[in-house]
Amino acid sequence: MSIRFDSVTVAYDGNVVLDSLDLTVAPGEVMALLGPSGSGKTTALRAVAGFVRPASGRVLLGERDVTDLPPHRRGIGMVVQQYALFPHMRVEDNVAFGLKARRATRAEIRQRVADALEMTGMAAYARRYPRELSGGQQQRVAIARALAVRPAVLLLDEPLSALDARLRSGMLGELARLHRELPEVSILYVTHDQIEALTLADRIAVMDKARLRACGTPRELYRAPADEFTASFVGNANLLPVTVTAGGAALGSAELQVDTAGAVAGARATLCVRPHLVGLGDGPNRLTGTVSEIQWRGSTHRLYVDVAGHPVMADLRELRNPPAHGDEVSLHFAPEDAVLLAAGVGGDER
Amino acid sequence: MSAESPLRTAPDPARVPAPAGRGPASGREAVLAAATDGGGAGAGTPAEAVRGRAARAGARRLLWALPPVALLAVFFLYPLVLVGRQSLQPDTGGTSLRPYADVFASAGFREALWTTVWLAPAATAGCLVLGFLLALVIAFVPFPGAKAVARFVDVFLSFPSFLVTLALLFVYGQVGMANGLWTDLTGAAEGPFRFLTTPWGVLLAEITYFTPFVMRPLLAAFAQLDTAQLEAASSLGARAPRIVRRIILPEALPALAAGGSLVLVLCLNEFGIVLFTGAKGVTTLPMLIYSKAILESDYPGACVVAVVNVLLSVGLYGLYRVVSRRAGA
Repeated sequence: MSIRFDSVTVAYDGNVVLDSLDLTVAPGEVMALLGPSGSGKTTALRAVAGFVRPASGRVLLGERDVTDLPPHRRGIGMVVQQYALFPHMRVEDNVAFGLKARRATRAEIRQRVADALEMTGMAAYARRYPRELSGGQQQRVAIARALAVRPAVLLLDEPLSALDARLRSGMLGELARLHRELPEVSILYVTHDQIEALTLADRIAVMDKARLRACGTPRELYRAPADEFTASFVGNANLLPVTVTAGGAALGSAELQVDTAGAVAGARATLCVRPHLVGLGDGPNRLTGTVSEIQWRGSTHRLYVDVAGHPVMADLRELRNPPAHGDEVSLHFAPEDAVLLAAGVGGDER
Repeated sequence: MSAESPLRTAPDPARVPAPAGRGPASGREAVLAAATDGGGAGAGTPAEAVRGRAARAGARRLLWALPPVALLAVFFLYPLVLVGRQSLQPDTGGTSLRPYADVFASAGFREALWTTVWLAPAATAGCLVLGFLLALVIAFVPFPGAKAVARFVDVFLSFPSFLVTLALLFVYGQVGMANGLWTDLTGAAEGPFRFLTTPWGVLLAEITYFTPFVMRPLLAAFAQLDTAQLEAASSLGARAPRIVRRIILPEALPALAAGGSLVLVLCLNEFGIVLFTGAKGVTTLPMLIYSKAILESDYPGACVVAVVNVLLSVGLYGLYRVVSRRAGA
């Protein structure tokens, strides 16, 4: 079932926390709402769940306008960061809760609880209480509880934030598997973690300061971000202030070849290059500077090079003879790996 | 979830005088004992020295236990013993069970016992229902002033019980506002509200006064409740009644047990409210003690009733402990 935000605005005491959001999640699609805290992403999710009332605009699930429906009539599955399991109920009763509320028959409840626990790998823990489970197990139960009612829409609000890093990547794989098993379920996934968004989402909606900044596939947003905020929030980015020239862009005295995409010569712009696309040594689009810092990260070296007063990051496959702090080095990047962003767009105009 | 009942924090007379030195000493005792133990290692084998030190530590612990035990004995146990002894000494002299036989045989006592025994649980039940509903509204229905109301509940707890009764007298009493309005409007000689001097009046006053005692722990428990749980429940399709029944009520049970048992014992021993409202028609055990001791100067009789009242309270308290332990609260 699709989820549609139609100019949804949410305000608390005149303070706008979600500003006229227009967004459609297609049936069976995983949409990540990615943004820093206070960007309005959780508010958007809660508007779908029915816990916040839009000041204006409509929320639609499929063809149904649910803006005025109470949460219990929306038929949504929801999983939150702190699990919110019912502490006085066993795992199986937690999972059965939604089915009982919907007055399913006893046989049906037993079957669906077993299915949901099987699917999340928690069948062996049906008789346990939540306090007897680890954080990862509790989150599995919370997911099983949400899936047991067979929702057409699943809302995940920072579901992995309370888990440690190792468990998080495991659960990320689990979520991807669950979605493969339930391809018809639309998922709205709120996160501040770009890795989760890039890994799991079909499309990412980048949010900042109550507004939608950009929306596209992870590849689109990564390869050709629309603005500086998106560029820096989806993956790492070198953002260099340049002046547009006839054949490309100028950074200080260095003349760089890039696709100007119709930008007027003389205009100021921001050049975005991903650190792992920057190479060491001579080549096209050469930048020279002094190494201000070098970090060894096992399989890679991260170089910070000061180029005419601007720090440039380069992620390089582990070097045999890495340069030292203070060395003069040359960096280069391919013209097609750089994107020119119009200056100001995505800046802090508010 | 363990709700510390106000009852449980009261010193348990059955436990305090337990001989010191047995069982693990509390941390504070151990520190004190060690502090007073300084140096003084005597001669002899190490084993003897250890044994001697242990004995001395035991003796010191006994010393530390003495003052509280003595205080309890003088101010609490001794009067209780006196009451018990007096109840066995009829005015005719000697020691016999005569006062008990006399009191148990009297219709007044049996009536007072019955009134006490049904009034207290009824008032408690009323307080639990009313308190739960009011606390629910204050905690979960957002309305302006909810905080102020919660604050007022705290203040209300400090009021003397007869104040509420006095207020009820002003409203529903023989010459109170409600009856005055009625006589003014209809010209009748008397108003219709006369329930205040019946057990129902006492019940109303006790529920009014003791409900905040239930609300206090409930509001504390509700404040601890994770709202995400309530949201999860409602997004799973549960309406408000189911959420109250299946989520809120089970998690509030320890608080309800704590508040309810406190109110039960307070109601059993309530004196002021009964004196002010039901004075003529309603007699409970505390009232009976008062009238026997002060009005009739029948001290042995009063003491018998007092012993019954104490046993009733202690018995209920014991029952509460058993039930709460079984409930895992």
